[in-house]
This record gives sequence, C-alpha cells and structure tokens, in this order.
Amino acid sequence: MIAEALFFSAILFAIGIVGVLTRRNAIIVFMCVELMLNAVNLSFVALSRLHGVTGQVFVLFVMTVAAAEAAVGLAIVIGVFRHFKSVDLENINLLKG
Amino acid sequence: MPLLYTFHFYLFGLLAVASALAFVTRKSPVAAALWLVSTMASLAALYVLLDAQFIGIIQVLVYAGAIMVVFLFVVMLLNLGDVGEPSDIKRGALRGAAVFVGLVVLAFLLSTLRDQLPQVPFDQGVMTNAVEPIAEAAFRRYLLAFELTSVLLLAAIVGAVVLAKRRAVAA
Repeated sequence: MIAEALFFSAILFAIGIVGVLTRRNAIIVFMCVELMLNAVNLSFVALSRLHGVTGQVFVLFVMTVAAAEAAVGLAIVIGVFRHFKSVDLENINLLKG
Repeated sequence: MPLLYTFHFYLFGLLAVASALAFVTRKSPVAAALWLVSTMASLAALYVLLDAQFIGIIQVLVYAGAIMVVFLFVVMLLNLGDVGEPSDIKRGALRGAAVFVGLVVLAFLLSTLRDQLPQVPFDQGVMTNAVEPIAEAAFRRYLLAFELTSVLLLAAIVGAVVLAKRRAVAA
C-alpha cells in the first residue's frame, strides 16, 4: 500500500503543477500550491510507515507553513486586488520591465 | 491484506485524484475550492488508512476546515467568479505545454518510485495510541523546531494584518 500511496501522491503533485501553470486566477494558483503540499504530505505519511513517526511530525510542520503561507499570500492577493482591481496574473506585470 | 482495506484505499485514492482533476478544470473559484475540500477529505481518509489517525484529524480540521474557509472567504470578499467572466484557464499552446510539463514530472516521479521503492511487506498496523508517538517526537526530539513554528505563525499573522490593512493615508 505504500507504493500505491506514493503513486497517488505523484499524480496529485503533477495535477498541482498543471494547475499552477494553466490557471491565471491568483487564488486558484494558490490553491494548486496547497494541492502540491498535500501531495507531498501523503508521501511523508506513507513513508512514515517505513521510517518511523518523524514523517508525521514533518507533516505537522508542513501544515503550519501552509497555513502561514495561505494567510500572507491571501493578504497579498487582497492588496493586489485593491491596486489592479483584478487577480488575473496576466495583469500583474510590474516587474516585467 | 484484507480485501476491504484495499478497496477503501483505492476508493479514497481515486476519489482524491478525481476531485483534484475536477478542481483544476473548474472555471468558478468557489467550485474549485469545494472540489479541493473533497480532495483533502479523501487524503484525510488515506492518512487514517495509513495509521496516521492524528494527521488525518488535523488534515480535516486545519486544511479542509480552516485554510479552505480562508480561501473561500477571500474569493467571496473580492467578489470573484462572476458567471459572465471568461474562463481563467490559459488556451492553446500554453495549456498544451503546461500539461506536457505535468506529464514529464509525473513520468519522472513514477520512474524514481519504481526504481527506488524498498520492497517491504505491508502489515496493517495494530491500532495503538494515535497521539502519543507523534507527541513524543514533536515535544522531545523536535521541540526547538516546534517552538520556532510559533514564531513563524506570529510573523505570518503580523504580516497578513500589515499587508491587508487599508492604508490610512492613500499613497
């Protein structure tokens, strides 16, 4: 079952990558990043069956970082929306030169 | 390996993948967020099946509960996802390239997985104390890291408030 769990994890991670690359809505891109973090968490939990409980502790840390990232990231999205009146990433090109 | 266990494992795994696919293809941000909640709930079930009951519960409470509620809150606060809006999914060559990149990464991950996975028999663990081993590790061996996450959360709270606060004097 560990192999199957890692298999599902790989698929979810790839779906997350496709989402990040195809979507233009900043909030949905954020959610795709969360999906990738979740895929990695599944790998950690599956491998903690082999290597002890450390993997699960690491999942806790990943979740904490994800929560912090979501809070700060969404605050940035709100700021960007105030400035551009849009969350479309194609419109946000101040650093493009 | 009990048949029922295998059945549930595949059921929730496929449910997670199907919900994730629905999530990246939905146009409306609200529908996408709800599909992502479904993925996370299925992942919580997989955690429980992998004998990580505590992580499963935290997954439901923190991810499916708190984080996704914040996402939905922002989507509705900004009033996104009007039905009349065009889809935000990129078209044509860009989308093809993105799918290609995704497939390449998937092939890479799967080949690594096949070559390097240790072949060990999988025994369905006996239900022991779900919290004690993880607490033992988090509060002894990783105590410093655990305490440092509180600093991270504090910084995130302050940062979020500063970023999202409306400026008193408009720039």
